[in-house]
Amino acid sequence: MKAKNLIALDVFCFNHNIEISFVSSLQQNGLIEITTIEETNFIDVSQLQQLEKIVRFYNELDINIEGIETITHLLDRVNVLQNEIIALRNRLRLYE
Amino acid sequence: MEFVDYYKVLGIGKTATPKEIKAAYRKLARKFHPDLNPNDKDAKKNFQQINEANEVLSDPEKRKKFDQHGKDWQHAEEYEKANQYNQQSQNPRGGRYSSTQSEGDFSDFFESMFGGGGRSSGRQAKYRGEDYTTEIHLNLMDAYITHKQTLTVNGKNIRITIPCGIENGQTIKIPGHGGQGLNGGPNGDLYISFSISNHPNIKRLGNDLFTIVDLDLYTAVLGGEITVETLSGKVKLKVKPETQNGTKVKLKGKGFSVYKKEGEFGDLQLTYNIKIPTNLTDRQKALFAELSKM
Repeated sequence: MKAKNLIALDVFCFNHNIEISFVSSLQQNGLIEITTIEETNFIDVSQLQQLEKIVRFYNELDINIEGIETITHLLDRVNVLQNEIIALRNRLRLYE
Repeated sequence: MEFVDYYKVLGIGKTATPKEIKAAYRKLARKFHPDLNPNDKDAKKNFQQINEANEVLSDPEKRKKFDQHGKDWQHAEEYEKANQYNQQSQNPRGGRYSSTQSEGDFSDFFESMFGGGGRSSGRQAKYRGEDYTTEIHLNLMDAYITHKQTLTVNGKNIRITIPCGIENGQTIKIPGHGGQGLNGGPNGDLYISFSISNHPNIKRLGNDLFTIVDLDLYTAVLGGEITVETLSGKVKLKVKPETQNGTKVKLKGKGFSVYKKEGEFGDLQLTYNIKIPTNLTDRQKALFAELSKM
């Protein structure tokens, strides 16, 4: 069942015109996780969106892996802060 | 569609070299890229315009037409007998490439080009479709119960289930209901943000509800029974004698629905607001005076 949620890494790289070594570097930097089954590398579908976003940073914006790592971290922070803002706004509504 | 000066969009002169165009595009794209500006509609709109400008100015043929025809450059396509576009209409997404396009359609064309994640390289790469975002307005009662609602997104009706307990400002993802994937790539997702209007008498914080209940002086002093409105109906409540103004009472399980958990509720907190009687008769005043001397 789980295999249905996996995409072969080489298929992904072929379709997105990127080197497998690029995705391996992302894995080494902890930006994505690769699952290996019987010597074949796969990416979980749940990571597809994140990986495609990284590929866009790399291809469209010319950002290197170190930059992508920094941006990813900052975007996570932005997300946390945005959620905090929503929670605070909702708390403020108590007094409106 | 209004004329857009693509040179102005990229902040370059009409004599800009391809290298300068690329550099200007990259600089602006880094600033307005939707991935870097999540939930920012203005940035998304800017990025679309930047992309459109880049599509035209980085392509020598399109740039030439744009320079020659200025704001009428799109109509120039019509005069040039759609040779090129007829060929392109074989493309899986080619419906919009027709030679009888309107100005608006042409802009959609650009949107569809980069919606899946940017320009394709030589290979027919598969791209995930664009993610769509929309907002739904609900009142507090709508958010209290799980219910179905039909949305129209890009001309398509989508029936979604809105789970109980949804929070104001919360965003949910409907997978696969975004833009169509490019070259067989998966569809994008639909992100729905919820805006929940305030209830006139009941405030919400997470799963808990807060309300102010007016209490007459006599019930506050002597105690008694009152009926309180909650989201799940009326509740009878005993009031202790000598209840002070501002006293808070918690009704367990009478609060808001817990997100996605049918039958689970937070608490309802009541704050008593004791009302002092007005328009007293002489007799009442005399009795209060008597009381005050006791």
